[in-house]
Amino acid sequence: MSGDVILKVRDLYRTYDIKGGLFKKASALTAVKGVNLDVERGTTLAVVGESGCGKSTLARMLTMIDAQTSGTIEVDGLPIDISKTGISREMRQKVQIVFQNPYGSLNPRQKIGHVLEEPLLLNTSMPAAERRDLALEMLAKVGLQPEHYGRYPHMFSGGQRQRIAIARAIMMKPKLLVLDEPVSALDLSVQAQILNLLADLQEEMGLTYVFISHDLSVVRYIADKVMVMYFGEVVEYGTRDEVFGNPQHSYTKTLFAATPNADVDSIRKRLAAKAA
Amino acid sequence: MPLLEIRNLKVEFDTAKGPFKALDGVDYTVDAGEVLAIVGESGSGKSVAMLATMGLLPNTATITADKMEFEGLDLRSLNAKARRKVIGKDISMIFQEPIASLNPCFTVGFQLGETLKTHMGLSGRQAKDRVVELLTSVGIPNPAERLSAFPHQMSGGQCQRVMIAMAIACSPKLLIADEPTTALDVTIQKQILDLLVKLQQQSGMGLIMITHDMGVVAETADRVIVQYKGRKMEEADVLSLFESPKNPYTRALLSALPENATGDRLPTVSDFAEAGGF
Repeated sequence: MSGDVILKVRDLYRTYDIKGGLFKKASALTAVKGVNLDVERGTTLAVVGESGCGKSTLARMLTMIDAQTSGTIEVDGLPIDISKTGISREMRQKVQIVFQNPYGSLNPRQKIGHVLEEPLLLNTSMPAAERRDLALEMLAKVGLQPEHYGRYPHMFSGGQRQRIAIARAIMMKPKLLVLDEPVSALDLSVQAQILNLLADLQEEMGLTYVFISHDLSVVRYIADKVMVMYFGEVVEYGTRDEVFGNPQHSYTKTLFAATPNADVDSIRKRLAAKAA
Repeated sequence: MPLLEIRNLKVEFDTAKGPFKALDGVDYTVDAGEVLAIVGESGSGKSVAMLATMGLLPNTATITADKMEFEGLDLRSLNAKARRKVIGKDISMIFQEPIASLNPCFTVGFQLGETLKTHMGLSGRQAKDRVVELLTSVGIPNPAERLSAFPHQMSGGQCQRVMIAMAIACSPKLLIADEPTTALDVTIQKQILDLLVKLQQQSGMGLIMITHDMGVVAETADRVIVQYKGRKMEEADVLSLFESPKNPYTRALLSALPENATGDRLPTVSDFAEAGGF
């Protein structure tokens, strides 16, 4: 599987200009500093870090929402630099994104069927009947019913909405799916269902995931490779077992130490420390 | 006598489709110096129970209980004025969204001082000194300067520290924390949990942690109540809950933790619901 690299990022930078005011000088904030990464087809790269570390900025560049300041992104052999070339249908078709908040990412006045068909309407010239068939097929694939086709987002629970958002993302049969904290807003048991769904879809459609998360237990479960970001820089990058087994950077170690332990031994230790 | 004792608490909401039972006969007791965790998914009634105790539910809610006592004081019969004397002083609460819980139009110093002036009758000068003291105790750097900061000038973790400072301002006997760390990063979560537990041990107050995160339960609780769809599934001390969960729902919750995953697929609660019947 090595060699078949679907996502190749070299020396990626993103700088935001901060406007000056009466008392403040204009300055620049570099949100992503020199990121390099390779993701092989059909695998999952997890990007971990705290808020403000640049992981969502990275996601925005990968999904062509934002342009990079410098550096190269290559998806499935196709170079991406939207500030120079703009976005073509072909590029859009390769990468899709699922956002964190399933309540904010669906238009409340759009029926589910329309939500799912919109990417096809915009990017292909498929006839309406075919679009509908494909939407119904996708609903079934993500574990929803055909009768959900005509309903509005407010009629669904958080987990169901996230299923809809996933279905929308895979309507275009993308190669690469960027998942920006897809399970953070969900309950534990619903989280398990969504993670299972993602695993099934990956196997079935050969999808490649860039999975952004701050929850290390989820990352350990789903990732093949892990990248830890801190203040825009990559401080740790390796296979899951390397990173979890032998963290090198002090920030990664802090992160591991801060993750709550739910095993019986650590509870026993805590209670003993408290009693003493 | 327990600090808080509630027997057979029921909460119903009037909706367009008729009454909706959010909580169906649950008992809660908390002793002074104890950390009780209430765990459950959304819709399990864990927040509703504590909002009912605080008297913060809207008018559409009907609350009934056989007993609802805080230090022997019957909370059911309190009128609004008497309730205000207790709530915010002896019982206080921290909410999930720290940034939304603070008023964006006032400085944190003003908002903290307000509590102290209302409940403790402190003068402006005394209140200010006490606020600096409180901000120091919750670990805000340069507290004297931060008094004039507005909530939007602080990070989420700092806002939550301010909320905690506000909640402990009048040395409450019972602190209710409703998902206090859900909106925060893991590293900040650790700091906030450590802070809460430290304050709880120093002052000997009772602490109720409402959460859906089993990790948070494992790190803080003495005793745990597991709720599902408005009913209590299990009540146990923290060690026996994790070591030998009795109820099928608790077992389902624990096995849905990704770190407990053994096979390729995560078991979900519905897998257990079919087999265990709850």
